[in-house]
Amino acid sequence: MNINATLIYQSIAMLIFVWFCMKFLWPPLIKALDERRERIAEGLAASDKAEKELEAAKVTVDQQINEAREKAGEIVDKAHERHSQIVDQAKDDAVAERQRQVAAAEADIVQSANQAREELRSDVASLAVLGAAKILEKEVDSQTHRELLDKLIAEI
Amino acid sequence: MAGSSENVTTSEYISHHLQNLTFGQHPDGSWGLAHGAQEAAAMGFWAIHVDTVFWSLVLGAIFYGLFRAVAKKANSGVPSRFQAAIEAIVEFVDTSVREAFHGTSKFIAPLALTLFVWIFLMNFMDLIPVDWLPWVAAQAGVEYQKVVPTTDVNATMGMALTVFLMIIYFSIKIKGVGGFIAELTGQPFAAKGPVGRAVFFLPNLLLELVALLAKPVSLGLRLFGNLYAGELIFILIAVVFTAGAGLVASGLASMFGNHVPAWFFIVAVVAVCLTLWLNLTDKLDTKKTLYFLAAEMLLFGGLAFLGGQLMHFGWAVFHLLVITLQAFIFMMLTIVYLSQAHEHH
Repeated sequence: MNINATLIYQSIAMLIFVWFCMKFLWPPLIKALDERRERIAEGLAASDKAEKELEAAKVTVDQQINEAREKAGEIVDKAHERHSQIVDQAKDDAVAERQRQVAAAEADIVQSANQAREELRSDVASLAVLGAAKILEKEVDSQTHRELLDKLIAEI
Repeated sequence: MAGSSENVTTSEYISHHLQNLTFGQHPDGSWGLAHGAQEAAAMGFWAIHVDTVFWSLVLGAIFYGLFRAVAKKANSGVPSRFQAAIEAIVEFVDTSVREAFHGTSKFIAPLALTLFVWIFLMNFMDLIPVDWLPWVAAQAGVEYQKVVPTTDVNATMGMALTVFLMIIYFSIKIKGVGGFIAELTGQPFAAKGPVGRAVFFLPNLLLELVALLAKPVSLGLRLFGNLYAGELIFILIAVVFTAGAGLVASGLASMFGNHVPAWFFIVAVVAVCLTLWLNLTDKLDTKKTLYFLAAEMLLFGGLAFLGGQLMHFGWAVFHLLVITLQAFIFMMLTIVYLSQAHEHH
């Protein structure tokens, strides 16, 4: 246990190691640590932000879903309305068509009846004229007796 | 382990373990290694403890290598386990410096890291069983080998004096020569007038010089004292251990006569290995394994052997705390002293 020059050697060795540490060890290590701390802070901030955004997105999504639901309801209502409208329309149309067709048929019938009546009438007129001629044995001038004949026809 | 050589007494064993390998100039003018404490003392101041210098350099290189390996690849990504461990130490030192050192310096933190890890590694040499490295050195023909540099007062005082020089350097750098002298002479007795200052000049200087000089002395001797005492206890345990080995030998001799058969040792080794293997392959639970191991050690080694092992283990566990604490204290006091040197009073 003598005090000797080892003292000086140790001192020099210490200074050299401290210099090594100062130059080659401490700066890169502390830089890496600081950078990592920064990255973790950034990551945490980003995750916070993402959480908030997610919350906001959820609100928006809820809103949109509600809107969509309302819209869908509206569409369904409208569809129902339209459906009944179409059905009513179709009913009305059908009724109108039926009425039209009935009317047309009636008109047809009336027309045919009239026609038949006219034909009958003209036939009767000519028959009457023919009959009268036969009775009178002489030609009846249709022109002269036109007035009479018409009167007759009208009476039939 | 220690009882291998027949003619070594306990005191010789201890003093051999406490002797540094000294290189210097003999009184007759020739240079060489000292054989024995007297020759080493006769070499005077200009001698070197080769073992202290060698091991402190080796451990410093290990410190540099470990940290450089991480520093080279250091990035802010996900760290490997080793990188995380190294970074934890750096972070710890950085926090300690930030807490204790009020000021900015690019020098203090690396200084603290170097001192902490280097001193820890030097202290850690204490946990290597006291006979291993000296035995290896003896096989290589080296007479003395004291492998714990911090049990050499030269090493601890060398570091403490370097810190002392730093204290003076920073004091003068920050406060100027006048400021430093004013700090040494203006307190603890403060006076306003020039007459009062002149009166208190000498007492103040005396008190402050004592306080200043106490710093390196306490710094160096605290580390040295703790480690030297710890080392001495390890050596004493080794001596007890040797005595235990003697007991085992006589016990064995009573069983087998003078010639202990080889199968006895083979059975012992096989039994211990088998127990451990059974535990590792999950065929034997840990509690039973411990019982078996204790029984085997008792059977094959004897109670004294077991006692020596347990004492060594117990002291090593306690000493692990001591070496870490002493490294930390040295670092912390260095930071505090340099912090004081940076502050104006």
